[in-house]
Amino acid sequence: MAISEPVVVSQSGAADRLARTWAQPRGFWGWFQNVHHTAIGVRFMVTSFIFFLLGGVLAAMMRWQLVRPEHNAIGPDLYNQLFTVHGSTMIFLFAVPMMFQGFGVYVVPHMCGTRNIAFPRLNAFSYYIYVVGALLLWVGLFLKTGADAGWFAYVPLSGPEFTPGKRSDFWAQMITFTEVSALGVAICITTTILRYRAPGMTLNRMPILLWEKLVTSIMVIFAMPSVMVVSSMLLMDRTINTQFFNPSVGGDVLLYQHLFWFFGHPEVYIIFLPATAIVSTVVAVFARRHIFGYVPIVTSVVATGFLGFSVWVHHMFATGLPQMSASFFTAASLMIVIPTAVQFYCWMATIWHGRLQLKLPMLWIFGFFFVFLIGGLSGVMLASVPLDWQVHDTFFVVAHFHYVLIGGALFPMFGGMYFWIPKITGRMMNDRLGKIHFWLFFVGFNLTFFTMHFLGLHGMPRRVYTYTPEMRWGALNLLATIGVVFMTAGILVFIANFFQSKATGRFAGPNPWGAGSLEWATPSPPPHYNFLELPTVNGREALWEAEPNQPIVGGVREDIPEVLVTNTLDSEPEYRDELPGPSIWPFLTAIAVSIAFIWSIFSPWGIAYGAIPVVITLIGWLWPRGHSPSPRVPEPALEARWIR
Amino acid sequence: MIGFSRVPLLAAGVFASYPGDHSILHPAGPQASNIEWLYWVIFWIVFVVYVVVVLGFMRAGARTYTSADEMLPIMKDEAGDRRASWAVGSAITITVLTLFAVLVMSEITGKKVEGETSKNPVTIQVIGHQWWWEVIYPDPQADQTVTTANEIHVPVGKRVVILTNSADVIHSFWAPSINGKRDLLPGYSSAFWLQIDQPGVYHGQCAEFCGLQHAHMGFSIVAEREDAFSQWKAQQLKPAQDPTELVTVHGRDVFLSHACVMCHTIRGTDAGSRLGPDLTHIGSRQMIAAETLPNTPGALAGWIVDPQRIKPGNRMSPNPLQPDDLQALITYLQTLK
Repeated sequence: MAISEPVVVSQSGAADRLARTWAQPRGFWGWFQNVHHTAIGVRFMVTSFIFFLLGGVLAAMMRWQLVRPEHNAIGPDLYNQLFTVHGSTMIFLFAVPMMFQGFGVYVVPHMCGTRNIAFPRLNAFSYYIYVVGALLLWVGLFLKTGADAGWFAYVPLSGPEFTPGKRSDFWAQMITFTEVSALGVAICITTTILRYRAPGMTLNRMPILLWEKLVTSIMVIFAMPSVMVVSSMLLMDRTINTQFFNPSVGGDVLLYQHLFWFFGHPEVYIIFLPATAIVSTVVAVFARRHIFGYVPIVTSVVATGFLGFSVWVHHMFATGLPQMSASFFTAASLMIVIPTAVQFYCWMATIWHGRLQLKLPMLWIFGFFFVFLIGGLSGVMLASVPLDWQVHDTFFVVAHFHYVLIGGALFPMFGGMYFWIPKITGRMMNDRLGKIHFWLFFVGFNLTFFTMHFLGLHGMPRRVYTYTPEMRWGALNLLATIGVVFMTAGILVFIANFFQSKATGRFAGPNPWGAGSLEWATPSPPPHYNFLELPTVNGREALWEAEPNQPIVGGVREDIPEVLVTNTLDSEPEYRDELPGPSIWPFLTAIAVSIAFIWSIFSPWGIAYGAIPVVITLIGWLWPRGHSPSPRVPEPALEARWIR
Repeated sequence: MIGFSRVPLLAAGVFASYPGDHSILHPAGPQASNIEWLYWVIFWIVFVVYVVVVLGFMRAGARTYTSADEMLPIMKDEAGDRRASWAVGSAITITVLTLFAVLVMSEITGKKVEGETSKNPVTIQVIGHQWWWEVIYPDPQADQTVTTANEIHVPVGKRVVILTNSADVIHSFWAPSINGKRDLLPGYSSAFWLQIDQPGVYHGQCAEFCGLQHAHMGFSIVAEREDAFSQWKAQQLKPAQDPTELVTVHGRDVFLSHACVMCHTIRGTDAGSRLGPDLTHIGSRQMIAAETLPNTPGALAGWIVDPQRIKPGNRMSPNPLQPDDLQALITYLQTLK
């Protein structure tokens, strides 16, 4: 805990020098040059939260249309756009950018005890490319070219014959944008975790959150190419008359489904694993003890990463697969329950043998236990092939995946926000408002989505814009719509709380929760150099296990933006590395790439001509800086000076 | 908390308001019954798991809860860790065994459902269209083949094999009280089985999103006794009755001289296009427009004049007919029993 306040009076100029070295440009153009991970992380979080709100508005509109049988508020054309854009927004523009990119980019370098993320310009580029992709989808919606073939856009419905116009092209290209963004961030995070960890933070001492970010990043690297391939194939079918998915000339509609879900199911874990990372972190802090079962939890996370790639066919049981192959995927889908169960039991044991302080973040985690479990268990039902034949593509499934995604990601996300916002803004959130937010959201969520289980069992397929009174689905749908009111109220309370806390909240101090990981060793909000003195680590919870005279890292230059690179297994110091500073080129490159991508929707030549500005901006980006203040010193010329 | 613990109560209330049999929990044949059995078995397993785990978390929290405002110091509890290892280990073992049991039961049920076959079934080909169902009872002799739409007749207690295909996009054939759903994929044909044990009319609906009118793509399965079924089939095999009255003759002429013939077939007349549903025996069907409207003169008139108002985006164009033409056309169509 004392790490942030150096005992040895460091040269009083050190802080100033670091602040100058790591300063990010200000002003309008400065905003586009900023490459610091805290700024980019916050941007990811704020932007994706805005899209969460927008996606929520679409959901409310859908619920309004379904409030009673034969309600005539919204026609089928708009309704189909609503659920397509809602699903795509929540998955591609909110859940992944928030849970993976936002939280990850912000917190990983802090947790590693370093001064910036690896490849900071690639990281900034990833943000801009994500924003353009997100805007593409939404501008499409406002121009009445909203995607309308569902968030997984099955062919041939999304193909050129059945969705003429540009609707599916906008959707497919949005996928490319967001996945390029996720891939870029995955590379930054993987490198940061493997190479930038503080000395002493061996793999065996890495916080569980870093393990999960690592596994998630690797999953992103393997899963995202699959969906980019399939969305590009769809785009080619639509723009240059390839016939990948045209069954009348031998194209294959199932190929699309395989490629999509090979990404689509790991995607669920790309959203869920960061959430369990938050849970593991928060549970340990508020049970006031080390997490029980570090090794089983880490093993479970890694196992989930592998198993996540072997369950995709359970989205396709109703296509009439041979029983034998379906059985394999049932077994795999049931098997993936085991690592999650292991984590659940470990959390329970941690609370059981700790001292529970039910502060706001922990309240949300308890909400997660109760809510996510319902989704997990209805998932066990869906893993069974015969049951899936019945409830697949019904409101039962809608209920299931909202329990999994809202229960499994949104509840931990709010827990994580109440936990980390004091670090980000430097001020505490209001406890009372936070509790009101929780209860409104909890009640509204269950009201809306629990009823959907019954609708599904009683035959209501998903994605229908209306239904007849004879089906007797009216009462349950009304209940589900009422729940939206509560959820909306809860979210509004949260937003009010956030702005109130930002303006007048109590100051948080560096470590308001007495937490153990390194991000709590810097002031809140952290300065751009993150740590005045780079920390070293003695155990899995760096601050809880710090010695009174815990050494710090010396010898890293303060006059240029330099970080310490350590080796992967034991995080022994290897060499110093100079990170690139602020630059406008990532932004310009993102614009050039965006032009090429969007142009390609309208003409295949867009890729050819669009490549020219991309190359130009890349040359600008990679142009050797004329002066190199210090040639990179190879190890072992740097011996980390252990001060004290 | 609100979750599963209230299920029995809530379920009772909800089921009471569902006198209809359109539910996977009201099976009408062996396939759906087997799945319903599996549903309840797994339901009770996960229900118990839910209660146990939630109680576990509440007990754990209540046991160690402290209302202290300040964050407490970090504790070490190695004895607790050892005890917890045993508890967690046992819980995992139970979890694995339970999952294995679910797997085995699911496999057995799957085999049972797929095993309800027969060497001599009623064969029905269902072809999905945006947004209606073409239903064919194939026969080696072409003139013994019945073609109809949206209303499937089957004999009670006999095994029926459904051969699936799609004319355009992916649809999914689903009647919850009869069997699970099966996707109709363009470019693939597959077969699945069903059997209905009680006479009645069972509702079904497309379950795979298929475009603008996915919501209005229903069908019905009429299960009737063997003799009634044979009678129905014999009737369907006949070509359309020639109109005898003045008004029905006029109706037929309206049909043949307007856009109707571009898409529809009435066997026994010159209308032979297969883009839309076969109307040879339209008068015998309960519903029109893929279960969207009842087959009444009023509904039929509304549908023919402006189908885009009733089912926006569907493939049928509006037909602004003169009132007496429309009247005659409807009278004619109603005679096509």
